[in-house]
Amino acid sequence: MPVTNMVQALNSALREEMRRDKRVVVLGEDVGKRGGVFLVTEGLIDEFGPERVIDTPLTEAGIVGVAIGMALYGLKPVAEIQFIDFIYEAFDQIATNLSKIRRRSGGMFSAPVVIRGPCCGGVKGGMFHSQSNEAYFVHTAGLKVVMPSRPYDAKGLLKASIRGEDPVIFLEPKVLYRAIKEEVPEEDYVVPIGEARVVQEGSDVTIVTWGAMVYKALEVSKIARSRHGWEAEVIDLRTLFPFDKDAIIRSLEKTGRLVIVHEAPKTLGLGAEIAAYVAENAIELLKAPVARVTGFDAPFPLAHEKLYMPNEARIYMALSRVMSY
Amino acid sequence: MAHHFTAYEVEELLPELKASLGLRRFIDEEGNEVQKVPLGPEPLMRMYITMVRARILDEWLLRLQRVGKVALHAPNVGQEAAAAGSAMALREEDWLFPSYRELAAYIARGMNEEEILDRAMANIDDPLRGSEFVVYGHRKYNIVPAPVPVGSQVPLAVGAAMAAKILGHSVVTMAIFGDGATSRADFHAGLNFAGVFRAPVVFVIQNNAWAISMPSRRQTAAKTFALKGVAYGVPGVRVDGNDVIAVYTTASEAVERARAGEGPTLLEAVTYRLGPHTTADDPDRYRPREEAKAMEKFDPIRRLGKYLKARGIISEKEEREIWSEWGERIERIVKRCYEKPPLPPSVVLENVYSEPTWNLEEQMRELEESLEVMKELGIGVE
Repeated sequence: MPVTNMVQALNSALREEMRRDKRVVVLGEDVGKRGGVFLVTEGLIDEFGPERVIDTPLTEAGIVGVAIGMALYGLKPVAEIQFIDFIYEAFDQIATNLSKIRRRSGGMFSAPVVIRGPCCGGVKGGMFHSQSNEAYFVHTAGLKVVMPSRPYDAKGLLKASIRGEDPVIFLEPKVLYRAIKEEVPEEDYVVPIGEARVVQEGSDVTIVTWGAMVYKALEVSKIARSRHGWEAEVIDLRTLFPFDKDAIIRSLEKTGRLVIVHEAPKTLGLGAEIAAYVAENAIELLKAPVARVTGFDAPFPLAHEKLYMPNEARIYMALSRVMSY
Repeated sequence: MAHHFTAYEVEELLPELKASLGLRRFIDEEGNEVQKVPLGPEPLMRMYITMVRARILDEWLLRLQRVGKVALHAPNVGQEAAAAGSAMALREEDWLFPSYRELAAYIARGMNEEEILDRAMANIDDPLRGSEFVVYGHRKYNIVPAPVPVGSQVPLAVGAAMAAKILGHSVVTMAIFGDGATSRADFHAGLNFAGVFRAPVVFVIQNNAWAISMPSRRQTAAKTFALKGVAYGVPGVRVDGNDVIAVYTTASEAVERARAGEGPTLLEAVTYRLGPHTTADDPDRYRPREEAKAMEKFDPIRRLGKYLKARGIISEKEEREIWSEWGERIERIVKRCYEKPPLPPSVVLENVYSEPTWNLEEQMRELEESLEVMKELGIGVE
């Protein structure tokens, strides 16, 4: 199996899906000759031509609106948003059309668009190249939301997203694009939407997380083991909506303690929904209050991003809190 | 009953169409006067020095980015005339809504090198308190910091202009943005409002030929960007953006027109981005090197320098002295800013609301505790 990073895995997912299905098209800013600013679409224009790899004018509202129209007509567009922080111009299209067209048309029309783009922090990208804005999309009924943390999942989840019948917001943690390399199969496979992955088994505390925070959680679980002998189970949610509630409950049946870690701000972040789900459905499993470690409730900063984002110290503080309750 | 436009009414639009399809210039790329220059030595020298300062600072910002002292830089190189010429047309009380590539415009507004470098390095004196990279702004100079998502400042400039009008202030606002930004919804919304409300605003499109990898013909099928004003009832004027005299003169006319209550203008400055989009970009992937090389002969600073010498305003020796004096001055400022300490950790929770809300107070305590735990675990803050 070839060893690839996340950019290469995403590129091969797009290439294979475009070969498999002529209806798959890619559109976005600088996706053609430039290959996208992170090179996720590199070389696609050479194989599939400018009709299927479309360099668009600079307008997210246009990119997403046009992609919805293409999907209504029968294509399978994969729209790139250059940085997910730029998606807000398209939010009207997403909230008004993309998420509601199935419902709005009594099920007669649908727009299975995949909107993908780099998200999240850790690259000193400042306020508009670092955001984790998944909660807006999770909150918008009609959308599925995905965030892979490793090349294997990136490829399998992107294929599943393209083949699905629903719109998908596909969020790619840019700090992981080239940081993680692993073997990724050349033969066709998908990672089903809606299934979490237990990254590390443990019996004392469950850490539910996603994206680049998976690696921070693993790092802290080592510190916790060596300092206190605590065994943390780390769950990578992978699909943020519909999230794998059963995987979380199964883990809590073992551990009884829950720490949720995400980069997005705390207030009304997805962690709040997970905590509420557990409170409503499985409060009797909890031996300690749920703890959240998140980005602060402030715009993402340029200065001191390491202090703004959940770091090892803050995750360790939360683990200590739930373990010593 | 639908109105048929009379031949006279159609004719009335022709000067506007001509201005938006033309290319106004006073000096050519060799500094030859092609149209009588209506300016004396004082404003011409001010323009020249502003552009020289911007160019020297630009080179420093590139170097500082390479050594990791500046997070990101969007070079203004080659576009100094478009930025300086338009911003110089404003009065002190006017407002500027720039994009992130307007080094020469900030200098033209009075921002000094130290304020710019403190900002770029996000050090203890950064006026924007480490909030973002690549953008500049200052209340003192009525420069509203640019949003990184391009073009979203366009309606803001219109709103500020409408407010000035409502309050009876004789204030004009100016938005500067690139050709790429004209594709975004906000550009169209802003121009439409400006036209409908005759807002005292000047829009400056820096058509620098490239929006990252996309040539400007991928942003519009219209013959020019200035032409876009016509449909909004906003006169469009197209000028040679590397001729600072043309930019300044045209912008001044637009600013005074706005101040006189005659409404907005759309100015297209045709220029060229000699450098990469930002320090994170590699233009070799999409643009032939020879193209940028060939465009160097249109350099706006070289051009004005030639004109100043031909008119006898400066000698060759004085020209060299201007460069070396400002070079030394700016180097001293760079060294001073380089040594300044970083911002304190608490900035990450600053300025979210007028007063911190309870969640931010809680999170400030969490931040303080985490600094202790980081020490305990041996984790650095950078």
